[in-house]
Amino acid sequence: MEDYYESHKGQVEWQDGDYTVTRTTVWSGPGCHDGCGVLYYTKDGKLEKVEGDPDCAYNQGTLCMRCLEMPEAVNNPRRPTQPLKRIGERGENKWEGITWDEAYDIIEAKVRSIWDEYAPESIACMIGTGRANCWQVPYLCYSAFGSPNFCLGFLSGESCFQPRSAAMASMNGDFLIADCSQQFEKRYDTENTEWRVPEIIVNWGCNAVASNSDNFFGGWIVDCMQRGTKLITVDPSLTWLAARSEVWLRLRPGTDGALALAMLNVIIEEDLWDHDFVENWCYGFDELAERVKEWTPERGAEICWVEADAIRAAARLYAEAKPAAIQWGLPIDQAVMGIPTAQAINALWAITGNTDVPGGNIIIRNAFDQNVSYNYGYNNLPAEVQAKRIGAEYPLMSKAGFSSTAHSDSILQAIETGEPYPIRMLWLTSTNPIANMASDAPRVFRAVKTVDFVVVNDLFLTPTAVAFADIFLPAAMSPERDMQRVWWVPLRGMKKVVQYAEAKSDDTVVTELGKRLHPENFPWDDDKGWTDNILRTETPGYDGGYDDLCNRDVWVYPDFQYRKHEKGLLRPDGQPGFNTPTGRVELYNSVFSLWGYDPLPDWAEPSCSPYASPELYEEYPFVLTTGARSFEFFHSEHRQPELTSRELHPDPLFEMSAKSAAEHGLKEGDWCWLENHRGRCRQKLHVNPSLDDRVVRAEHGWWFPEREAAEPSLYGVFDSNINNLLPQCENGVTGYGAPYKNQLCKVYPCTEENSETPPSLHVTKMGGYSK
Amino acid sequence: MANALLIDYEFCTGCHACEVACKKHLGLPQGQFGIKLLQDGPRELPGGGWEYNYLPMPTSLCDMCASRLDEGKDAACVHHCPAHAMRFGPADEVAAAAAEKGRRAMFVPTV
Repeated sequence: MEDYYESHKGQVEWQDGDYTVTRTTVWSGPGCHDGCGVLYYTKDGKLEKVEGDPDCAYNQGTLCMRCLEMPEAVNNPRRPTQPLKRIGERGENKWEGITWDEAYDIIEAKVRSIWDEYAPESIACMIGTGRANCWQVPYLCYSAFGSPNFCLGFLSGESCFQPRSAAMASMNGDFLIADCSQQFEKRYDTENTEWRVPEIIVNWGCNAVASNSDNFFGGWIVDCMQRGTKLITVDPSLTWLAARSEVWLRLRPGTDGALALAMLNVIIEEDLWDHDFVENWCYGFDELAERVKEWTPERGAEICWVEADAIRAAARLYAEAKPAAIQWGLPIDQAVMGIPTAQAINALWAITGNTDVPGGNIIIRNAFDQNVSYNYGYNNLPAEVQAKRIGAEYPLMSKAGFSSTAHSDSILQAIETGEPYPIRMLWLTSTNPIANMASDAPRVFRAVKTVDFVVVNDLFLTPTAVAFADIFLPAAMSPERDMQRVWWVPLRGMKKVVQYAEAKSDDTVVTELGKRLHPENFPWDDDKGWTDNILRTETPGYDGGYDDLCNRDVWVYPDFQYRKHEKGLLRPDGQPGFNTPTGRVELYNSVFSLWGYDPLPDWAEPSCSPYASPELYEEYPFVLTTGARSFEFFHSEHRQPELTSRELHPDPLFEMSAKSAAEHGLKEGDWCWLENHRGRCRQKLHVNPSLDDRVVRAEHGWWFPEREAAEPSLYGVFDSNINNLLPQCENGVTGYGAPYKNQLCKVYPCTEENSETPPSLHVTKMGGYSK
Repeated sequence: MANALLIDYEFCTGCHACEVACKKHLGLPQGQFGIKLLQDGPRELPGGGWEYNYLPMPTSLCDMCASRLDEGKDAACVHHCPAHAMRFGPADEVAAAAAEKGRRAMFVPTV
């Protein structure tokens, strides 16, 4: 029998009985950050099944459950079929179906009236994380609305990769990622690439097999393990990766920075650093050594709740491994000390000589130098409008240019106070802030209610849509779109194979609306035309357009070279070195120094912690960490009850140790209140025997599409919402970082008496929470 | 020769991809599985370290992907496993592969 996939190798589309099979790429929604190669099976205009494409080097034929179940989402009866106009009060869930032209007419008229009565910058646009709209909506904001105020959906401190990005960009002049050979189409074929298996991979606050975050496919870690890689894992919980690690550092949530400083101390004190790389390519080693002198493993141990000898063991194992890679995650960003923590971890791979070496942390740029992302179209704004971007009070973001978005917390404050100017209109595409990103969901709920005009453009009617939308626009899902993506490598085509009712892609909506407002910025005809334009004018190394990419290549890998700093490949002047002011990796960050920030890594207690707020700790005796990912969900996606995701994971879960559960008279499956001085929510107990007795983990992103949409229920969005307990606008001095993962709480069982006022009622009708 | 399924439970991450790939192949409703993920641990071991394993087990609904094999395809669970921790083939070949390393299990759902 001929192998089916071999027989179709190189074909982009073919017939298989009644099915049409199409080889292309996915990208959320639904899905995740990744862009895996898939085979779509369609019949009679309907998506029937999805398979992983064995020819695609990115995922090598495999696929996670979220894409395998994709037909359940794409064909879901809950999807709105046409644009909707609100006819009741906000939150009543009363709508009238309208045409796209009617929707555009209303939006255009509103935008023009804001231009006339206020200014373009009174319009803010937001999206969710790492999705297939991360250049379309910024372009809409800058080039159609004329506003500089694009950001993620009230993401406090921009704390999703942006703190790590800003730290890396300022220290190295570039971004670095763990090298699992993902930049080579030949992948693990070490005969034909320079790639080497990392001796050690450090999973630092990242359970990549579940999270697949930052365009990193978690299975690559397992691939490396099967080729000999050993692991170190830094995580408050015993992840599957931690259970297979040489060293598991079960740190107290929010102390990653202290741990990294203590590891630097060991590596420097024990002379385990790479003298050649440090002397030739680093700047500020002596200052770093001086700074970490006081960060002994004993001090780190006391702060992090791990053994000093375990810190030593991890530091030695990492420093002595050649090569070693660090794969890091969101806990770095989601701390007020996010930036200095990222500096410390970046210093670890720099001083151990793992920068841009095979199997280390490699410098990566988008394929074919395509830099179409959060800043796409920003240059269409006049300088005086750019200067009004909200967050100008943070010079690292504004003047030094390390942020590609406005400052989300400051936008919230602008809505609340009208300062520095009022926000009159919000455009929200595929972001569900009150279920997910907004760290203080009740506060954001109250604030957005006051905004004059809100457009929500999403896959489903979400709590955010029901609570705020004046106009709802149904968004196309991944198999309903013609577009492309890079995000590092490869360059990938995305091909439309089905159409759902009247849903439109972001590319189409932005083009059609943009042509009404600023036609000069939208010279293409449609979504394919826009993709073609990006490929031909913004992708200098790629010789082709939409048709070539989507109907011929599907994916294209650019050349990749290691040790680019030695070869003069990083700096615009073509000289060897890094693209930083000193030409070196700046362990002492001269850009930070220029703007008055601490140039060296450091750490401080989170404001809510056993040590910083002992009086709160007495009442709320658990350190609370939130937002760990599960296999079933991509943040607030995949919650519809028809989905296998909900079948396998029906309820919101929180975790505590067996001992703590017993001490509180709790058992597996008990519904409990998690509460602190700000608010409370209810989740179901899962006993996690690996947790420190003083730590509680809670899930994020929960809403219940099967519950009543109208307020006070609002799909139950506040009932299990851990963001009833978190603050907003508590950021690092740079504006980056927020304490999503390091709070305090207490736990007690739900009873009839204490459950009379559910949080959804409390927040939507009684002005509750946010203290 | 019966076909067999090899699971390398050193590397099975418990991601559910096999369960969902199988449900889609068999067209199963909620609550039904052709392969079901089992979990042991996490449990601290007396000598230190942790036991924490997943093992997907074929159910009586597993049809060994007969229609996929007829088309020249591999088994849906094996194809999609993000950890490349599964293998499918004639039982003697799978048994030989199982003996190559530890922490592997072999299932023969039907003969």
